Amino acid sequence: MDPAPRLRTRRLDLRNGRVDLSHGAGGRATTQLIDEIFRPAFDNPLLAQGNDQAAFDVPAGRMVMSTDSYVISPLFFPGGDIGSLAVHGTINDVAMAGARPLHLAAGFILEEGFQLADLQRIATSMGRAARDAGVAIVTGDTKVVERGSGDGVFISTTGIGIVPPGLILSGDRARPGDQVILSGSLGDHGVAVMSQRNNLGFETTILSDSAALHGLVAEMVHVAGASLRLLRDPTRGGLAASLNEIAQQSNVGFLINEHAIPVKDQVAAACELLGLDPLHVANEGKLVAVVAPEAADALLAVMRAHPLGREAARIGEVIADEQRFVQMITSFGGGRIVDWLTGEQLPRIC
Amino acid sequence: MKYIDEYRDGTLARAIATTIASEAVPGRHYQFMEFCGGHTHAVSRYGIEDLLPSNVRMVHGPGCPVCVLPVGRIDDAIALALRPGVTLCTYADLMRVPASGGGSLLKARSAGADIRMVYSTMDAIRIAEDEPGRDVVFFAIGFETTTPATAIAIRLARRKMLRNFSVFCNHVLTPPAIRAVLDVPDDDNADEHTGGVRIDGFVGPAHVSTVIGTTPYVALAKHFRKPVVVAGFEPLDMMQAILMLVRQINDGRHDVENQYIRMVSEAGNLIAQRAIAEVFELRASFEWRGLGELPDSALQLREAYADLDAERRFSITTVSTADNPACECGDVLRGRTKPAECKLFGTVCSPETPMGSCMVSPEGACAAHWAYGRFRNRVARQPVPAAT
Repeated sequence: MDPAPRLRTRRLDLRNGRVDLSHGAGGRATTQLIDEIFRPAFDNPLLAQGNDQAAFDVPAGRMVMSTDSYVISPLFFPGGDIGSLAVHGTINDVAMAGARPLHLAAGFILEEGFQLADLQRIATSMGRAARDAGVAIVTGDTKVVERGSGDGVFISTTGIGIVPPGLILSGDRARPGDQVILSGSLGDHGVAVMSQRNNLGFETTILSDSAALHGLVAEMVHVAGASLRLLRDPTRGGLAASLNEIAQQSNVGFLINEHAIPVKDQVAAACELLGLDPLHVANEGKLVAVVAPEAADALLAVMRAHPLGREAARIGEVIADEQRFVQMITSFGGGRIVDWLTGEQLPRIC
Repeated sequence: MKYIDEYRDGTLARAIATTIASEAVPGRHYQFMEFCGGHTHAVSRYGIEDLLPSNVRMVHGPGCPVCVLPVGRIDDAIALALRPGVTLCTYADLMRVPASGGGSLLKARSAGADIRMVYSTMDAIRIAEDEPGRDVVFFAIGFETTTPATAIAIRLARRKMLRNFSVFCNHVLTPPAIRAVLDVPDDDNADEHTGGVRIDGFVGPAHVSTVIGTTPYVALAKHFRKPVVVAGFEPLDMMQAILMLVRQINDGRHDVENQYIRMVSEAGNLIAQRAIAEVFELRASFEWRGLGELPDSALQLREAYADLDAERRFSITTVSTADNPACECGDVLRGRTKPAECKLFGTVCSPETPMGSCMVSPEGACAAHWAYGRFRNRVARQPVPAAT
C-alpha cells in the first residue's frame, strides 16, 4: 500500500491574492495566513510556540496594560502606516505611565477582498516597528468580515509594560505651579494623514511623527524621578484634549503660551488652509509632561538631548482654577480658552 | 510663516492698541459691529478684545452663512438627501446645524442618507461624473464669497451636459443683511436705527469685497451715517480697521474705507461678478434665521439654468419653521444680546448640544465665545508666564 500522499498547500499569492472569508474561518487558510504573513513579520520565540496565548515571566514592579484600536484612512501615509501606528500608539500608551513596554498582542479585522500584498506590507511594518522598539508581538488574532463591512483592515493592539518600583505617573497629580513641557512640534501626524485623503490632496513634505516614545520616557524618568507628575501623548484631540483631560483629573487649570508652542510652518499653513487648529490636530510621536518646577530645567535638557525631544519646549504652567479652564496667551498678546474639540474638526465654509 | 506671521505680530498689535487707546476720546463709547463670522472668530481666537481700551467694544453681526440659514432650508436638504437615488454634497460645517425635530444632516447620514462632505463645488461635479446613476445635489450656501464657485460649477455642469447634477441654492447677500440690522423700528430709543444696540460703525468682510468691491457699501454708509471699513481676517487687519473706525467717528465721517488694500479694490472682481450675474438672479424674498424675511437678499438660479435648479427639479417648497422659542440667536445675530447673556448659553446650549445656529458653526458668535472666551465671564485673570 502506498504511503498517504503528503498534503500540499499552494502558497499564498502575495502579489495578486486577496483576503477571502476562509482566511478568518479558523481552518487551514487561517493558519496559512498566519504562517506566511504574520509569523515571519513578527518573528519571536513566544509567537513561534504557536499557542493561543503567550506565557512569560514578569519582572518586579507594577504592571501597566493598555489597549487601542487603529482605524485610519489612508492606511499608508507619509511617515508611516496603520501597522507601525498600531505598534507605536500602544507602546506610547504604556510608556506614558513611565513603564518599560514588554509585549504586544495584535488583533486584525480584515475585509474580504483586501490585498494580501498590502497586508504583508502592513505586517512587515508592524514587525519592524516592534523590533526597533525592543517590544515583541507575542500573540494575536485574525477575523475576516464580508466585503463592504470594513475599511480594508482594522488593527487592535494591547500592550503590557512594567513601571519601576516607586514611580507613579498619573493624570490626577498636576499641582499649581507645575511646569508643562511639550516634546516637539504639534500636528505633524494629522496633517500628513489629511494631505493624503483623496478628496483633499494638497502637497506637503510633512511626515507623520509616529514613533515609540518609551526610550525618551526612560531618560525623563531617570533624570526627574518623582518630580515628574505625569505624561500624556496628545493623540486624537491633540494637545487641547490632553490638557483638558488632565485639568479635569487633577482639578486644576492650565495657562499656556502660544508663542512657546512649536508648530512647523507647513503644518501651520495646512491648518490655516483648512481652518483647523494645530492644538486639536493628532500627534503620534509627541508627549506632554507635567513636572515640578524645580526639575523642569533638567527635564527639558535631557529631553532636548534625545532625538525624539530635540524641539522640546516649556509651554506653560499649571494654575489653580476650579473651573478647570485651559487658557492660552496668544502670540498676538490676547487671552483665550483652549477648549476640547467638539465633534470632528470640520473645515469651515469660507 | 511668511505672509501670516506678519499679520499676527504681537509687538505691532500692542503699538496699534496704544494708538487706539490714545485716540479714543475718554468718556466716549465706541461700538463696532464685525459683520462677518470670520472676524468674530478672529476677535475671539486672538483675544483682540483684551487689547482694546474699555470704551472700544466689538459687537458680533449676522455674517455667518451657517448661522443665518433657516431651519426650513436644512429640513429641505435633509428631505432631499433621504430621497432614493439622491446624493447630497455639502460643506462640512453644515452637517451639525440643528433642523426641526432635533435632526441634522449628520443624523440623516447615520440614518442612511447619502450625504458627502466636499471641500469645493468641483468635488460635487466630480462625484456626479463618476456616479451617473446618482442624482447629485450640491447644497450651496454662503455669502458672495462662495457664490462664484457655485456659479462656475453650474456653468461647468451645463458645458459637460451633466444631467444628474443640480444645485440647492441658498446664497445670500451681505449689503441687505447690514441694512436689515440697521433698518429696524426704533423700539426703545437706544439708537435711531438698530432699536436696542448702538452701532457706531462696521467692519466689512474682506473676502466678500474681493468679489463685490467696496462700492456696494457706499449708499448704506451714507444713508445710515455709519462708517464702514472693509478689513482682512488677520488680527492686525482687525486692529487697524478698528483704529480707522475710531478716527472716522472722531472726525464725524461716515465713509467706506478699505483696510484690505492688498486684495480688495473698489470695483471688486469683475469676472466673478459676471459669472454670478450670468447664473443667478435676485430672489424676491428669503428667510434668514434671526433676521426674518428680507426682500432682495438672496439669489436663485436664472430661468436659463432651471434644469440645474434642485428646487425646481425636486419641487421644493420651503416651510418656515420656528426656532426654539428660548433661543436668542436672532438677537445675538443683530448684536442686541451677547452670547453669554442668552439664558441657554452654557446650560442646555453648547457646541456638543447646540440649540441654535450661533452655537453650531465655529464662526458663530456663541460658538466662538464658548470656544475661546467664556473664561472672560469671570473677573480674575492669571498672570502671563514667560516663554522659554
